[in-house]
Parts: sequence; C-alpha cells; structure tokens
Amino acid sequence: MSGGHAHALHVHGHSSVHKLPGHLKVAGLLLFVAAVVATPARALWAFGLYAIGLGVVAGLAGIPARFIGKRMLIEVPFLLFALLLPFVGEAPYTSFAGIRISEAGLLAAWTILAKASCGVVASILLAATTEIPEILAGMNRLRVPAAIVAIAGFMVRYLEVISDEMGRMRVAMAARGYEPKMFWQIKALATSAGALFIRSYERGERVYLAMVARGFQGTMPTTDDSPAAAIDIARALAIPALAGIVAVLALVGAR
Amino acid sequence: MSTSIAVRGLSFSYPGGHQALDGVDLTIEAGERVAIFGPNGAGKTTLVLHLNGIHMPADGVVTVGGLPLDEKSVMEIRRRVGMVFQDPDDQLFMPTVRQDVAFGPANFGVAGDELDQRVVSALTAVGMEHAIDRAPHHLSLGERRRVAVATVLASQPEILVLDEPSSNLDPASRRELATILAELDVTVVMVTHDLPYALELCERSIILDSGRVVADAPTRELLGNEALLTAHRLELPFGFDLRTV
Repeated sequence: MSGGHAHALHVHGHSSVHKLPGHLKVAGLLLFVAAVVATPARALWAFGLYAIGLGVVAGLAGIPARFIGKRMLIEVPFLLFALLLPFVGEAPYTSFAGIRISEAGLLAAWTILAKASCGVVASILLAATTEIPEILAGMNRLRVPAAIVAIAGFMVRYLEVISDEMGRMRVAMAARGYEPKMFWQIKALATSAGALFIRSYERGERVYLAMVARGFQGTMPTTDDSPAAAIDIARALAIPALAGIVAVLALVGAR
Repeated sequence: MSTSIAVRGLSFSYPGGHQALDGVDLTIEAGERVAIFGPNGAGKTTLVLHLNGIHMPADGVVTVGGLPLDEKSVMEIRRRVGMVFQDPDDQLFMPTVRQDVAFGPANFGVAGDELDQRVVSALTAVGMEHAIDRAPHHLSLGERRRVAVATVLASQPEILVLDEPSSNLDPASRRELATILAELDVTVVMVTHDLPYALELCERSIILDSGRVVADAPTRELLGNEALLTAHRLELPFGFDLRTV
C-alpha cells in the first residue's frame, strides 16, 4: 500500500472528482439518493438517465467498471429477496412461460433492483474517490452531530486494531489445538467475542485517559471551515441537481 | 534551577481499597531527566497519572512549575505536562497523524496557522513529518511511538512524562527514540523497566515500591547497588556491566 492511507474501497487518483471537497460529495450523494428514492418505479427512462449520470461520474473519476461491479456484490442478498417477490406477490397476476407472476411483486422487485443499485453505485463512487478522513470532515461540515462523527472516526481508527486482536485470539486458540469451524462449536467464538468486547471496553477507557491528558473537555476540536469555491459546488452538485429535476419530471409525468 | 515538579505527602488508594501511593515525596528540577523504577504494581503509573491531573491528589500536594494542582489549574497543568502512554494505539485515536498531533494544542486554544506550524514542528522533532497525512494504524510500532511523542510536544509542554517508552520496540527503534528524547529541551520523567535505557537517558533515578519512594540517587550509583535492586525485584540484563558503559 504505497499511499499508506488508502482503504479497500478507495481508488487512488487525482481526477476532478477526487479533488472535490468531501462535504460537497457527501451532500451530493444524499441529494442524488433522495432523487432516486422519490422517482416512481414505472418511470424507466428516469432510471436510465440516473445510470448515465453515474457512468459519467465514474468515467471522470477513472473508476473501472470491474471495480464497481465487484463492490456491487454487497447488494446480492437484498436482490435475492427481491427476486422472490414476483412469485409470492398479490393479484393481479400475469403469466410468463406458464408461470404465474404477480404484477405488484414484479414492480416491487424492479423498484428494489433499480433504486438499490443506483444508491449502491453512488456510494461506491463516493468511497472510491474520497479518503475516510475527508468523509468524516465532510460530515462535520454538514453539521452532523459531533458525537456521531467522533464515533464514526473511532470506529474507523480502531477497526483494524480490534480485528488484529481478534486475529491474535484465534491464533492463540488454534495454537492450542482448537479451530472452531462448525456451527455447534460456536460457543468458543461467542466466548472470545465476549473477551474481545471487554478488551475493547478497557481500551476505550485508556483512550479516554489519553484524550483527557491532552486537554479533552467533552468536545472534539473543530476542523477547517473555509467556504467551498462556487465552481466546486457547481461541479459536485451538477449531476445530483439534474437527478432532482429528473425525479420531479418523473413524478409529474406519473400523475 | 527552578523546581519543575514537587510532590508532597501524596497518597492514593483505588476504590477497591488498594493503597497505590503511600506518602510520596519527590522534587524534580527543571531540565532534569528522571527515571522511575519499581516492580509491577508499585504505583508508578498511578504516580505519573497524578502529575497530569488525571488523578487528583486525594491526600497530599502536587505542584507543577509552582502551580498547585486542583480543579481550577488542571487544564494549565495538562498543557505543561505531556503524557506519553505505553500503547500508542491508545494515544493515537484520530483518523490521521495530522489531526492527532493537532488534538492537544487545539484543545488548549491554538488555531489556524499557528496550529499547522505546531503540528509540523512537533512531527519534525521526532522525524515523522513525512507521515503527516497517514493513518496511525498504517505505521510501525516505532513510528507510532514517535508520533505519540509528537502529539504531546505539539502542546509545547515543560515536562514530558513517558510510560515504558522502550517497551516492545525493536533495537533500532529503541535507539532512534533515545536519540530523539536526548535532544528534547524539556524535563523528562520516564517510567521504565529498561534499566540500561534509563542509564543512557536519565542522570537520576528513583525506585518506587509499595507506593513509597525507597531510593533516589544518580542512575549509575543506583544501578551499581545490587542489593538494593534485588530487594525491589529489579535486575540488570544478563551480561550488562556498568563499568564498561
């Protein structure tokens, strides 16, 4: 890892998308997702336009389609559920190749597929072009409560520390001849999860002492708050704003 | 020389009733480097947590640079006394090195360009300026410990308190940290089991046992007293000969 500060979802780059301020990208993502969610499912053309918009952002940022495709696997469990809907949904029914299919179920499945995919791809693009500290700083600037930003920051910071600890505990178990693989051996895993919780709790206390020792009094120091350039705002919000317009048109068209 | 730290009749017991400190008296002059030895459970960490106001003196007085430690002075004392904890993963809790080093001075009211300068100069002092935008968990233990020292230096403390600074470091990291500590122009208090490290860095040492100061002497003299060391579960490493150092 040459950069030393990359995370698995990040694609290192210097594109115009990478350079946009984090808070604008977070705001853009929220706006885009809101537009997608508000779009009536039958407005197929609108979802086509959203896909094109996402494609443009991915192209500008130089994020390979393969990378996005792989990361999209996260939605597979939800889609499996969605695929069942046409077969278990309510009337009216239609038939396809002799199989009875619920129209409402089909529409619900399509809604999940289209909206979830748009949201997931947009999130992947945010994560791929924005370092975690930038996302956290962006949340801060968007006035997300400081406690929540701090908790998210600690989670990111200590995820690896705690997973390393878990790894060491597993090695210690394996070294003494115990490698739980089967479901009925889950008790050992549960016990080690308990031990891990205690260890993490104690670490939390030590971290707090270290914070207090450096003058912490209950509020995290604020970060840079210089206003964003108008051009950056325009760039970051262009596609989400177009998506908003598309959503409004689709809503009007559906009446 | 002016007095940097004065501890008078300090006693402390934990809620369970364990008497961790039992009448500690200790004076450290400005610019001194003092090592604190003692067996596990002797009260070393409890003592240093009092120097920074993490523990408030229940019985006795702690004075830092002439300022008595109490509820009103605690923030100023925390600025004056920088604590470097044993595990850098406890000390480095922010997403990036830059934010972590800025945490202390920002809490003490430093902002803007001065804050940026403090961060850069503290990291330069420990030779870690290249890591300014990296995440702490991507650094080696030696690098993390150096950054931990920088997080404290950024508040421009008068006294640096280190808990087991050389523990778990590989020999090269241990030496690099010693070089950095030797160059700092601050009073140093170092809790350690690493007696040769103390000999290298600290001209004076004290032994704490059962919550009391049982010895206070020049490090070389103290380490030469084998009977004293043995009585307090301290030992020089195998093959270490004071006469040849």
